[in-house]
Amino acid sequence: MQPILKVDNLCVDFNSDGKKIRALDNISFDVKQGETVCIVGESGSGKSVTSLSIMRLLEYENGSIASGEILFEGEDLAQKTQHDMRDIRGNDISIIFQEPMTALNPVFTIGRQLMEGVMRHKKVSKDEAYNRALELLELVGINDVKVRMKQHPHELSGGMRQRIMIAIALACNPKLLIADEPTTALDVTIEAQIINLLNELKEKINMSIIFITHDMGVAAEIADKIIVMYAGKVVEEGTVYQIFDEPTHPYTKGLLQSIPTEKEGRKQKLYSIEGTIPSLTDLPTGCRFHPRCEFATDQCRQVEPSLQDVNGRKVACWNYDKVIGKDKVES
Amino acid sequence: METVNSSEPSEKVVDEQDVLVEIKNLKKYFPIKDGLFNREKQFVKAVDDISLQIRKGETFSLVGESGSGKSTLGRTILRLQEPTDGQIFFNGKDITNLKKRDMRKIRHDMQVIYQDPYGSLNPRMKIYDIIAEPFRINKTLSGKALEKRVIELMELVGLDPTRRNRFPHEFSGGQRQRIGIARAIALNPKFILADEAVSALDVSVQAQVLNLLVELQEELDLTYLFIAHGLNVVRHISDRVGVMYLGQLVEVGEVEELYKRPAHPYTSALISTNPTPDPRAKREKVILQGEIPSPSNPPSGCRFHTRCPLAQDICKTKTPELVPISEERSVACHFPLIQG
Repeated sequence: MQPILKVDNLCVDFNSDGKKIRALDNISFDVKQGETVCIVGESGSGKSVTSLSIMRLLEYENGSIASGEILFEGEDLAQKTQHDMRDIRGNDISIIFQEPMTALNPVFTIGRQLMEGVMRHKKVSKDEAYNRALELLELVGINDVKVRMKQHPHELSGGMRQRIMIAIALACNPKLLIADEPTTALDVTIEAQIINLLNELKEKINMSIIFITHDMGVAAEIADKIIVMYAGKVVEEGTVYQIFDEPTHPYTKGLLQSIPTEKEGRKQKLYSIEGTIPSLTDLPTGCRFHPRCEFATDQCRQVEPSLQDVNGRKVACWNYDKVIGKDKVES
Repeated sequence: METVNSSEPSEKVVDEQDVLVEIKNLKKYFPIKDGLFNREKQFVKAVDDISLQIRKGETFSLVGESGSGKSTLGRTILRLQEPTDGQIFFNGKDITNLKKRDMRKIRHDMQVIYQDPYGSLNPRMKIYDIIAEPFRINKTLSGKALEKRVIELMELVGLDPTRRNRFPHEFSGGQRQRIGIARAIALNPKFILADEAVSALDVSVQAQVLNLLVELQEELDLTYLFIAHGLNVVRHISDRVGVMYLGQLVEVGEVEELYKRPAHPYTSALISTNPTPDPRAKREKVILQGEIPSPSNPPSGCRFHTRCPLAQDICKTKTPELVPISEERSVACHFPLIQG
């Protein structure tokens, strides 16, 4: 099947006091129709920059696409003007953000904010837009829809606001939904509701989702495919089962091992990746992960590994065979 | 307690010597409507009649959704907020009405680590001065001895002492949390309130800080009150857990048992919806409807009845008491999921 989105060798720079900082370095991945792709990684890994690039919202944050392609249904979004992007954003591609408290406009009613997108992109009357808005609210599991239409964001709880955000994002039946840490600010009970909702919607309307999260637990529940990012690079890509069953990059493996689970004894020492993610202005030579990596060799310190196909997945590591091998010895 | 009927399950009686913190019927209400024309005062009952014991050397964790009153309870125990009613005992001593000056002495023994490693350190102070501040305020150490102790503390929490003359912004989130920990343990406290101390950290760094907290507990014989919403973290670090809902404790128990066999429907829902890093885990999830109601106007009877899948008529009218169902487990529910 043709992928709906194909990101090819994308490089993104940010301008900081006249200096260029490369936030994304040769990122490539694709998203198929109906597929949920999770981008995981720690703060500073470039997850959110990736989503801003696809939406071309980057330019508003002092960033720019240096090279590479973002092919959405065969058309390169990187070459579009902001004017053209306005017809795509909210129509073919939608985004929901982490902060449901601030992403809605506090002075307009929920109804107006829901209808705005529909009326901007589709040739519909106000009545049709109103009915579509009611339909959307029901779709995301909100009751008393007519009352909600007249309410303002401050009258609603966090979970409810995130549902409204999802409803707005779905207004024009997007082919691709980008969800940037949509449950991070929510309690686990509400998080479960939202994940459930997204999984249901995906089946109902067959859209593709890019889901950005730092929580491997959430990724396990929602992802078909997982992309692991570290310091502006993709270090591993595979299906959810490949990643969790047999992580091949030392960073992926370390991330998974750092999560406390019931398997470890209580208060036993947790595995931890020493050190912290490097600053983009002061990147190490060679593989960006080598200063924290237990498998690092001279080759890792000098030459940056590229993302290569290994056993039906992709990994950027010189010593991936040792990473897999070590696992086998242990078990 | 001597006349307990032998057929009734009763709570394990803990020797007074082994209890570090005890609260009895603690309440903390915040007034919300106190205007000129409102005759009736309204309150947010953030902590509503909570009693519990924290034993020496243990980690007692509080879990619950935002708005359940976890942080308020923690802060009230340390009297960073004045309780509305009830009693607080620390090391056998009633500290509920201690004067500020006397309280200050007790505070040597009770310290706090906050969530936000960015907001809780003064950006204009060098790391050395931040860690040295408790000694200067209490005039316990100065000169060479102070410097030696600060270096010792930095090494203890895994910071490079040669960086002591730097400012907080030069450190990463995890390192800042270590600075906060060094400051908290400076005066050799007995009790530490860790309020979402690892929640803002990335998972690899979170593991480092958790390891440090466990190490320090063993080395310095610390008792922790650990407030967190990350259930995996709580399971790892706790001995006992208290589950809060709308200002009340709904269940208290030993951590492993409580996770394996929750007695309160709310506990069960919380644990079943906790994301586990295993794509094959197809668990029966108890997904709660709706959200936590406002604590200014909590539901009648059992406060959880509006979201409870098992609610009956009695739940709407009668508030269940927190009662022991076994030695190490208490639950406030008319229809607990397990019997002792």
